[in-house]
Amino acid sequence: MQQRENAKNPKQALQVRRSSLSAWQIGERTAGPKTADLKSAQKHEKGKQQSASDRAGNSTQDHLEQALTYFERVKDYIPLKKNEVLQKHLATVESIALQRGLSPEGLDVLLNVALSGHLADTVNTRILKCLIPASVIAESSVVSAVSWLCVGKCSGSTQLLFLRWLIAMFDFIDHKEKLHALYGFFFCSLQDEKLCPYVCHLLYLLTRRESVKPFRVRRLVDLQAKMGMQPHLQALLSLYKLFCPELVSITLPAKMKTYFKNSESLWKAAINTIRRRNQGTSPTSQQLILGTGHPQSRKRKWNTQLILPACSTDANNPTRSKEINHADILSHSESFPVEQLHTFSQLLQNIHRLEFPSQMGSVLRNSLLLHYINCIKDESIYLRLYYWMGQTLQEECTWYKLDNQQYEEEFKDFLDIVYKTECFLQEGFSSCEEFLYKSLPLWDGFCCRSQILRLVSWIPLSSFSEMKPHLCEPLAQLFFTSSLYFKCSVLESLKELLQNWLNWHVMQLDVESDPKISPLNTTLSGLVNSVAELIHFVGWIATVALHLENNATFLLYFILDFYETQHSCPSLVFICVRIQRALKSLPFVHSFRYRTNLVAAKENELIKKTILQFKFSSQTYQEYNQYIMAMVGCLWTSSAFQKDIHPQGIRLDPEVLKKTRVQEVRNSFNIVHHPALMGYAILFLQQAWPEDKTLNFNLIKGRRWNWYLEYLYVQGLQGLKLFIESSINRVSQVSQTKSGNVQV
Amino acid sequence: MYKFSYGNLKEYSRLLSAFVAAEKQKGLAVEVGNDLGIKVTLSTLLGLKGTDQDQVAVLVQIASRSQLPFENAENKVVWSGWFCCISGDDLLESVPEDFTCLSLFLANGAESYTAIVGSWFQKTFDCYFSRLTISPLNLAWMAAMWTGCKVDSHMAATELVFSVPCIPQSLDISYAIHSEDAKALWDTVQKTPGEVTQEEVNLFMDCLYSHFHRHFKIHLSATRLVKVSTSIASAHCDGNIKILHSKHLIGVLTLLTELAISQIQ
Repeated sequence: MQQRENAKNPKQALQVRRSSLSAWQIGERTAGPKTADLKSAQKHEKGKQQSASDRAGNSTQDHLEQALTYFERVKDYIPLKKNEVLQKHLATVESIALQRGLSPEGLDVLLNVALSGHLADTVNTRILKCLIPASVIAESSVVSAVSWLCVGKCSGSTQLLFLRWLIAMFDFIDHKEKLHALYGFFFCSLQDEKLCPYVCHLLYLLTRRESVKPFRVRRLVDLQAKMGMQPHLQALLSLYKLFCPELVSITLPAKMKTYFKNSESLWKAAINTIRRRNQGTSPTSQQLILGTGHPQSRKRKWNTQLILPACSTDANNPTRSKEINHADILSHSESFPVEQLHTFSQLLQNIHRLEFPSQMGSVLRNSLLLHYINCIKDESIYLRLYYWMGQTLQEECTWYKLDNQQYEEEFKDFLDIVYKTECFLQEGFSSCEEFLYKSLPLWDGFCCRSQILRLVSWIPLSSFSEMKPHLCEPLAQLFFTSSLYFKCSVLESLKELLQNWLNWHVMQLDVESDPKISPLNTTLSGLVNSVAELIHFVGWIATVALHLENNATFLLYFILDFYETQHSCPSLVFICVRIQRALKSLPFVHSFRYRTNLVAAKENELIKKTILQFKFSSQTYQEYNQYIMAMVGCLWTSSAFQKDIHPQGIRLDPEVLKKTRVQEVRNSFNIVHHPALMGYAILFLQQAWPEDKTLNFNLIKGRRWNWYLEYLYVQGLQGLKLFIESSINRVSQVSQTKSGNVQV
Repeated sequence: MYKFSYGNLKEYSRLLSAFVAAEKQKGLAVEVGNDLGIKVTLSTLLGLKGTDQDQVAVLVQIASRSQLPFENAENKVVWSGWFCCISGDDLLESVPEDFTCLSLFLANGAESYTAIVGSWFQKTFDCYFSRLTISPLNLAWMAAMWTGCKVDSHMAATELVFSVPCIPQSLDISYAIHSEDAKALWDTVQKTPGEVTQEEVNLFMDCLYSHFHRHFKIHLSATRLVKVSTSIASAHCDGNIKILHSKHLIGVLTLLTELAISQIQ
């Protein structure tokens, strides 16, 4: 046999050999008459010849070639037991196949041998079981193998095994056009009862819309009438129904899970190895379209169970039912059935011919369709979704209708899904908003709490005065009468609401070029008003809540969180100064954040002023100035609680201050004496005067005040630095500062 | 309903027949158009309209062919239902194109068929079915209004059924009045013929309650009115309606349409 020039290198063993069979044949023609015995004798000789060259190259590769050549040539029936050569070759092929897989040509040879009926059944079985592709399977080999089935020489069990192999290896076949052309042939094999399940499975994989013809439907229905309700027939008929619902109708029983017997089991391990090896170049397995239906857990009267409909193609398409337009088929302009949409790349390929499912509610579960909704501007889609969602929310609400109380879990899941969809689409549903307005007054604050509060955060931006009676009043009522945890949750959801409004507005600014797109009531001043009122509302409930909860730090955390979100807000910060009273007992973290908030807000405001043109009333500026002055007064000039004319200010009468019995009230909030910063002051003193055991805070003045300030900056209090530098104008470097002009 | 077209009724009939047949025998495929033993027809009811702008009513009928080999075995209607919307325009905002609004659905026959037909419509046209519950307040209105209607032929007794939640079983109180007496009472209460106000209804009911109380010492106002039955029609709070007099059909349906629309919104 000719030595092969290439493929000696073991590294190349994995590559697909593109050599043709003729290369082997050239070598063989010199051999002589082709009887089995002679062959075996020749093989023996060649084996000896080869043994010398084996040392040079890859012996297994040679053996494989030998074995393949042998199998290709064999024509007569050879019993396995007697023929050692056959056994040896068979073993070679098996071992190599399991290790590396076989090349397409090798597969071709072996398939032909196995199905031709020349060899014994046991041999055929063993061959088929080891037919594992290294990379792909050539379509022609499959076609020629199928042609052997027509001859009828191989036994029934071999045919069966071949079908199972075909199903298992379906994804590895490189092109499938010819296989599709053979659809009719496979269809005829449905006659055979033994083969029927596997043929059904194969047809299931091969079926496309063109394959569904009325006569085939009739045939299958007759078969079903004859054989009864076989799951494989049901599966195939369901697929037919999916493509052409006007030809066949079938309802699957609810409990079915598996429709086809598992054909992959024999080759499963090997297939996994191949897949892992090829890592992404091999095609992904086709998922069964008959997805898991939503399980009906409880027996309820129809339509009282909250089921999200499964995506199903719209059968109500007038173009489909009547005469099939042949031009359409040729130009592939038919629509892509929604059930087959599994991956994003499929969405991109078929986006021009995708139809929406017949029940819009089903898009809630399907993220791919949600992507599609984002692109489409069709009003009817939103309208359909609006109607459906509105009805479902109303009907299934557990506190709206007393019958529904037992189905709370399902309702919770539904609300979760709605929320996730809103987050995905980054906008709220108006039907959801209406549902909230209707149901919040009746809500007990307990049922589905987290879900409802999350949905609150997605209420679309509208005039706050409209929202007020529907949202704020019931929410406020619940807020004041409930636990600390509930209060914090509400604050958090309001914070999210604000965030969403601001985000949405930012996006609108980009789109503003087209006035048609921006809906009503979204003028800039409208936004500012709504946001301002929301902040005001939150400020109000927060203050009361703090009183009620005795300044719980947990609550404070959420409040500060809320105010932090206003950094991107173009309006001014309305600080509720009563919160400052709470600062007496603040731990350090909060105080720091508070200052950071303030400072960052100021900074942002300066920036924003140049970008946007706002009409701030001078009143808001005055308020802002007063706040700043109060803050500065506390921190810097040790003149807390003085001359603050603002009605929400922190001016306290001297009598009240005396009652608090705090010494040196005026100093008590400056940066040295403030409880939050006292730790730093102590450390500073210890560093500056290590010998001094007593802590005398009054030492920190004059020059040392500046050092202390530097010390604080070094410690990382950047927020403080920013605030002081922007708000306080130091008159002289050396002497003590005065709180001078507050820069705005 | 989305993309419902009156022109395709025949097609819908075929599809729905197949669907019903398939549902009835789960798992067995049914070829569309075949002789299935079950035939569904969709047709329009032209007369069932309040105003001209109302959508045409649609009648759905399921007929089963008897299996016996008689030659003139007629199809027996086993279930029928119809969609209608009577005088619904002033209440509904303008409905966009592609959408058909038929807000009232009445069904007569086995519940299983109702379920099947309903789910088919939901799947095909993306609509939503929900049960019409009638509150006691609305039932009282119905009682008042229907008592006031003039009926020429024999008048059945007017009956009101009240439900009292008790342990172990709820107690039902049935209160029957001669219709002439009821009508006489109503005539004294109603001030302007053709108009009914809330106060008149309340007064009417209070009179009935106090009469009952005088005899039986039971305050019916504390119970829940669940069923009203007059010579024109009877209505149960679950949505079961029986229309007894064809002359007042449109009136009853108008009222029900109004209730349906208010429940949707």
